[in-house]
Amino acid sequence: MHTNGNGTTPTVEMTYREAVREAIRDALRRDERVFLMGEDVGRYGGCFAVSKGLLQEFGPERIIDTPMSESGFTGAGIGAALGGMRPIVEVMTCNFSLLAADQIVNNAATLLHMSGGQFNVPVVIRMSTGGGKQLAAQHSHSWEGWYAHVPGLKVLVPATVEDARGMLWPALQDPDPVLIFENASLYNMKGELPADAGPVDIEKAQVRRAGRDVTLITYGASLFKALEAAEILAKDGIEAEVIDLRTLRPLDDETYLDSIARTHRAVIVDEGWRSGSISAEISARIMEQAFYQLDAPIERVCSAEVPMPYAAHMEQAALPQPEKIVAAVRWIVQ
Amino acid sequence: MLKDAPIQTGEHVAPAHNVYLLREMLRIRRFEEKCYQLYTAAKIRGFLHLYDGEEAVAVGVMQALRPEDAIVATYREHGQALARGMSMASIMAELVGKQEGCARGRGGSMHLFDAETRFYGGNAIVGGGLPLAVGLALADKMQGWPQITCCFFGDGAVQEGEFHESMNLASLWQLPVLFVCENNLYAMGVPLKISDPVVDLYQKADAYAVAASVVDGMDVLAVETAAKEAANHIRTTGRPYFLECRTYRFRAHSMFDAELYRTKAEVEAWKERDPIATFSQYLQEQGILKDADLDRLEQEVAAEIDEAVAFAEAGTWEPVEDLERFVYSEL
Repeated sequence: MHTNGNGTTPTVEMTYREAVREAIRDALRRDERVFLMGEDVGRYGGCFAVSKGLLQEFGPERIIDTPMSESGFTGAGIGAALGGMRPIVEVMTCNFSLLAADQIVNNAATLLHMSGGQFNVPVVIRMSTGGGKQLAAQHSHSWEGWYAHVPGLKVLVPATVEDARGMLWPALQDPDPVLIFENASLYNMKGELPADAGPVDIEKAQVRRAGRDVTLITYGASLFKALEAAEILAKDGIEAEVIDLRTLRPLDDETYLDSIARTHRAVIVDEGWRSGSISAEISARIMEQAFYQLDAPIERVCSAEVPMPYAAHMEQAALPQPEKIVAAVRWIVQ
Repeated sequence: MLKDAPIQTGEHVAPAHNVYLLREMLRIRRFEEKCYQLYTAAKIRGFLHLYDGEEAVAVGVMQALRPEDAIVATYREHGQALARGMSMASIMAELVGKQEGCARGRGGSMHLFDAETRFYGGNAIVGGGLPLAVGLALADKMQGWPQITCCFFGDGAVQEGEFHESMNLASLWQLPVLFVCENNLYAMGVPLKISDPVVDLYQKADAYAVAASVVDGMDVLAVETAAKEAANHIRTTGRPYFLECRTYRFRAHSMFDAELYRTKAEVEAWKERDPIATFSQYLQEQGILKDADLDRLEQEVAAEIDEAVAFAEAGTWEPVEDLERFVYSEL
């Protein structure tokens, strides 16, 4: 329950999905330049039901069902942003965004620098990400770390309902391209929000659980696996500090370095593949900036380096799990 | 709908306008020649794609565009940039990498940009500019602005998926895009006839319910007429148009190209149809242009180029400390 000086602020419970919908609705109401475009966002109500009802509420000029043309409509979104609009391009899953990678990387990310500062691209591209639903190798990967490699992009990874609700508005007001990755396994998750919840910061990581013995650095759906691992560890007196990165580009080094200065141990949990991942980047930064703070090597818990398999037991074996996080922590605290 | 016959040459054009057209083409040709020299002297580096032979397309099409229209072009875009009215000096400075260049020296030959003339580059990915053009037109339509977006691309781009997606979107959403295909018969070194079963490219527009026509791209008056008809179609119906301009580049694809894929005889045959030589001759036959006029034009153009080169050479290098500026917007 949130309180102010006079008493309690009313809260509402909503799902992550509803929070994203509310964020889109709020943006459409407040800024006439904003519109949503993507496959099935209108009549279908969104493949994850995020935009359900929005076509009826805002009409076909603001909620646009696009043809199956990821490169075409993502590029059109970039062009529309160049031309004065504030589009929300929805790519159904980050896996499909690879069809639009040329537009995102060679246009959206480069135009400002390449034009000597003349043309900025205020586009927001939302994509679902992650695995765990037995959707196999072309629907289950996590590309946020890959995009976080690219200068000129900003990459947001809202994990909580509050961030799902609050990150879209500042992303839309940002003059530069912002990618928002929504882990599909979070859409049904419930959370509590102040009734007047609004925009949140999009540059800083957040400590979600305080602890003195080890720093768990993570983002997205892995946050909840890390929190679960922290509860398990607490029973043995190991207190884990859990940090939700919230943004992968730029990375908020200060928050996790500050934590490591106190805990001296770190485990990074990343649903991407280990090699060349965002966890590798964070590990390198900790090494560069906090080498003498560490009492143990940095551990990483990532997805196994395989295309995501269909069979449930195989998929679960491939993904990060609370048990693997617990094991990694035990290894470095011994 | 498509037209079966090429557009006929316009006839009743004011003499002064004709001379202007010639001058604009000459500016481009002499500029490209200067670029060739500067590249050989290692002042211009990287990739350089020269427009010799195609001048009538950029100049002709530009007559149909207004200052408020937007332009998206390719890496072979010096002609469009000059014809659009970008400062020759700023283009030259860009080519030699100086910060006084139109993109602070960040882009070079393939990435000329100018916000003032709504020139959105200069794109090195074949087909990469087409979705941007669709989006710019979408933004104009959404904001109720009655301007059009002109997108230049080559015959190679027509095979890229982004061409098909963009034509589909522009047609479906009824967007004011002028798709100008500069068909010079080669995508780098690959002849059109071995990369497309349909070499009459304007015919493809029919599949997207986009109006189209084809024009002799070596004839500046024909291109001007065709482009004005196309632009007029877009401005009155709000729907896109595909204009195929049949042209030829006299020089290699770029400075590294040994031109092993085409014969010298073919190049010479096309040079007989040089847009500048043929138009100049036509104007002289019409009594509109005298030798003295042509000399004067050449001198004026040469003076402008010399000034541009001097500006570029006097230019300065962007400080290395500024390398990370404009990765993100400065607030």
